[in-house]
Amino acid sequence: MTFRCAVNGAVRSFDPAPADVAALVRALALEGKRIAVEKNGEVVPRSRWAETPVAPSDRLEIIGAVGGG
Amino acid sequence: MNAPHPTLPGTSASPDPLVIGRRRFSSRLLVGTGKYRDFGQTRAALDASGAEIVTVAIRRTNIGQDAGAPSLLDAVPPSAFTYLPNTAGCYSADDAVRTLRLARELLDGHTLVKLEVLGDPHTLFPNVRETLKAAETLVAEGFEVMVYTSDDPIVARDLESIGCLAIMPLASLIGSGMGILNPWNLRLILDQSKVPVIVDAGVGTASDAAIAMELGCAGVLMNTAIALAQDPVRMARAMKLGVEAGREAFLAGRMPRKLYSASPSSPTSGLIS
Repeated sequence: MTFRCAVNGAVRSFDPAPADVAALVRALALEGKRIAVEKNGEVVPRSRWAETPVAPSDRLEIIGAVGGG
Repeated sequence: MNAPHPTLPGTSASPDPLVIGRRRFSSRLLVGTGKYRDFGQTRAALDASGAEIVTVAIRRTNIGQDAGAPSLLDAVPPSAFTYLPNTAGCYSADDAVRTLRLARELLDGHTLVKLEVLGDPHTLFPNVRETLKAAETLVAEGFEVMVYTSDDPIVARDLESIGCLAIMPLASLIGSGMGILNPWNLRLILDQSKVPVIVDAGVGTASDAAIAMELGCAGVLMNTAIALAQDPVRMARAMKLGVEAGREAFLAGRMPRKLYSASPSSPTSGLIS
């Protein structure tokens, strides 16, 4: 069964299922990008991506800096 | 004493630094990075402005975009500028706090932030109740909070007592370019504040920036006035000069106004008859 979870407000499919936040970031081709990740409203520090599991019910936010006032 | 942040700009070189908490800056002009044509123009305008503190927004990453697409962080490296991540677009204290926690993670523990909690999408007027609530949480979590607010002196006083490091009242609506609409309220805030008061929003042209500084403001924060000028880079330089001229005039102390009598500048004797 394809793994689905909400990333940046949209449900996305993953195959294979990402085991953790680090795998999810890799699957989205965002590895090495200047980003920060929040899972279910809590920041996941970069140092803990590899040990933080993701489940189908999770809501993830992946953010970066853009131009703004 | 070891400087806690060795990369901080300003430091001891400036005889008249802008002091935000434990940080010192030589430029009193703070500039936003939005609305420019491209990152090249953004960087050129920032360089022309002399700004050391630049605001940035925090937004969802565009997943699936071109991997080689230019990024703001490349054009405006955090090593060369002091980033001031903002909460633009947030309408609740919770969203603002979440946004800045993410910004702190994104920027490797950086705690200097611009808090703004909006109350209305048309006027972008701040929701002061949510702003106060967010400020309390952020200060308690160790953020160095510079706060956008209305020009209400009571709210400004409350934000200062919460522990905000700079009070940043609007001069007129965000992006309006309407200038300093209520200098008297700004004066009330300036007279009572022990932390820097920085005009944030409403400046349209260099004379507006100069007026803010002549009133005694510690600095001016702007974005649209530069980005939407016909020549943004030239306007950035004009704003730098406007801020500097206004600051010098404030420090020099203007002559008293004489409403009902003129005073000649040339000698009154020795005239040919």
